[in-house]
Amino acid sequence: MHTIVCVKQVLDPEIPPAKFKIDPEAKEVIPPPGVPPVISVFDERAVEAACRLKDKHGGKITVISMGPGNVADVVKHAISMGADEGFVLQDEAFESLDSFGTAYVLGKAIQKIGGYDLVLCGRYSADWGAGQVGSILAEILGIPVVTLACDIEAVDEKLRVKRIVKDGYEVLEAPMPSLVTVSSEIGLPRLPAGMRLMIARRAQIPVWTAQDIGPESSQLDKANAHTEVTSLSLPTRKTECEIITGDNPGEAAVNLALKLIKLI
Amino acid sequence: MDSHKGVLVCGEIAEGKLAPITIELLGVGRKLADELGEDLSTLLMGSKTGGLGQETIAYGADKVYVAEDSLLDNYNSDAYTQVAADLCLKVFPSIMLLGHTDVGCDLAPRLNGRLGGGLAMDCLALSVDPATKLLVSTRPVFGGNAHATVVSRSARPQMATLRLKTVPPAERNDSRQGQVIPVEGKIDPSALKVRVVDRIKEEVEGVKLEDAEVVVSGGRGIGSVQDFEIVRELARVLGGAVGATRPACDEGWTPVTLQVGQSGKVVSPKLYIAVALSGAMSHIAGCLGSKYIVAINKDNEANIFSVAHFGIVADYKEVLPALTAKFKELLSA
Repeated sequence: MHTIVCVKQVLDPEIPPAKFKIDPEAKEVIPPPGVPPVISVFDERAVEAACRLKDKHGGKITVISMGPGNVADVVKHAISMGADEGFVLQDEAFESLDSFGTAYVLGKAIQKIGGYDLVLCGRYSADWGAGQVGSILAEILGIPVVTLACDIEAVDEKLRVKRIVKDGYEVLEAPMPSLVTVSSEIGLPRLPAGMRLMIARRAQIPVWTAQDIGPESSQLDKANAHTEVTSLSLPTRKTECEIITGDNPGEAAVNLALKLIKLI
Repeated sequence: MDSHKGVLVCGEIAEGKLAPITIELLGVGRKLADELGEDLSTLLMGSKTGGLGQETIAYGADKVYVAEDSLLDNYNSDAYTQVAADLCLKVFPSIMLLGHTDVGCDLAPRLNGRLGGGLAMDCLALSVDPATKLLVSTRPVFGGNAHATVVSRSARPQMATLRLKTVPPAERNDSRQGQVIPVEGKIDPSALKVRVVDRIKEEVEGVKLEDAEVVVSGGRGIGSVQDFEIVRELARVLGGAVGATRPACDEGWTPVTLQVGQSGKVVSPKLYIAVALSGAMSHIAGCLGSKYIVAINKDNEANIFSVAHFGIVADYKEVLPALTAKFKELLSA
């Protein structure tokens, strides 16, 4: 079984909000100094899902990541978890693409890799969180899609996917190849250790540019973007925190209860 | 793109009734349609849509397209995508609105992929730019720590999914007039590639996190699985639900299904009590919609105080038992 996982490198969402700064003119986030970017949380779960399938059925995991800078780091992280190989998609033409542009480039790379049974993506990214690249990618590849997976199994050449819904889950059966987007309910990702870390460190991660995957330039033209971000702002928070006190913490608690009981 | 006109709401039916999100979408959809001077229509799918067409008109729709098929009774991604895409290719809506629900989260991006529109997910506000007449969608990014506005200059339809309870529901007026139009054409079964094998309802003990009026969440500072019981006790007394931060779930103190935050559940209770948690960006993303946030933390520098309405700076072990006891007394009175 050959699984291709799409992963994205994002600003670490575990930082304290005080470190979060934006440039409203450029409509971009200013990366906080000294905080290394990380693999997007749902994408890491997607790698975990791929590893569990490989543990059970064998096969191969290929990881791709599109982005500027050191995105090879997130590909290596996936390899340290159990992926076999990875590619970075990097080109000036790939920067600031909308969801359609992103899905188009990923689709071109996946078609170049070929021979896959399953494509996995996170349900949305922890940064811009557009929440649509996976589904658009499936339409581009012309394969079925199942979203919000909390469990993926391979049974008799088919995929059996549990999909999270409001009051429980659905069990869906999809043919191979299909695309599945993974939710955090799938469970914690494994911690890389020992040999895997060494393999990842030594892994060569080829970089594919636009030339390597041959996109039509009109698909990457910003003038043809399907969506455009017209402003980025920090939401105004009017709250002023009222610190409740007392002679001791227990008394402060009593005062807090008396205050809250009027509000609920 | 001038050939695209009108606002189309993709309706949802829950237990034979219009889902609350659909009534909210009809409210905002009516407003957008009026500003554009265009029609508001709605698509309803299912075999028991009976009287819902007239009801949808009462809530503001000019036209209701009804696709009646038992294959549409429960959400089926392939079938819904096919029907909704076919309708869009017949009526060419300029704007299409869906709920940010299990259905909308699956259907909207897929439909967008098929139609080549422009989609903004999980929107908090929708308006029409008076100059350009474009749909302006406001959505949270970076876990709600920033807001972005998004437009589609040329891609059609302009699509958005709206977060629940961000706009008031439409007002019902049973004297409103409109048209109920059956959608012709059968679903092509060969296009249904994914089969729904089963639907499992999971019973949750006590109140569901997403529905709770009160949520009490614990973080890494709770310290142990035994001490988490102190958090649970407060939640029980308040008739609320228990939540947790990612580190607390990672420690295994609570099931991962109780995680509040960007990679967990987004909650908007009346009262959110944050206990021994620092307030990382990813956690705050899950609780910012709460009416009142209360922070209990021994570190007065903790970020959670910057979003809280009330706070106590002290060790939670000295605060929670007294808080729980006082609430018990007040609520039994």
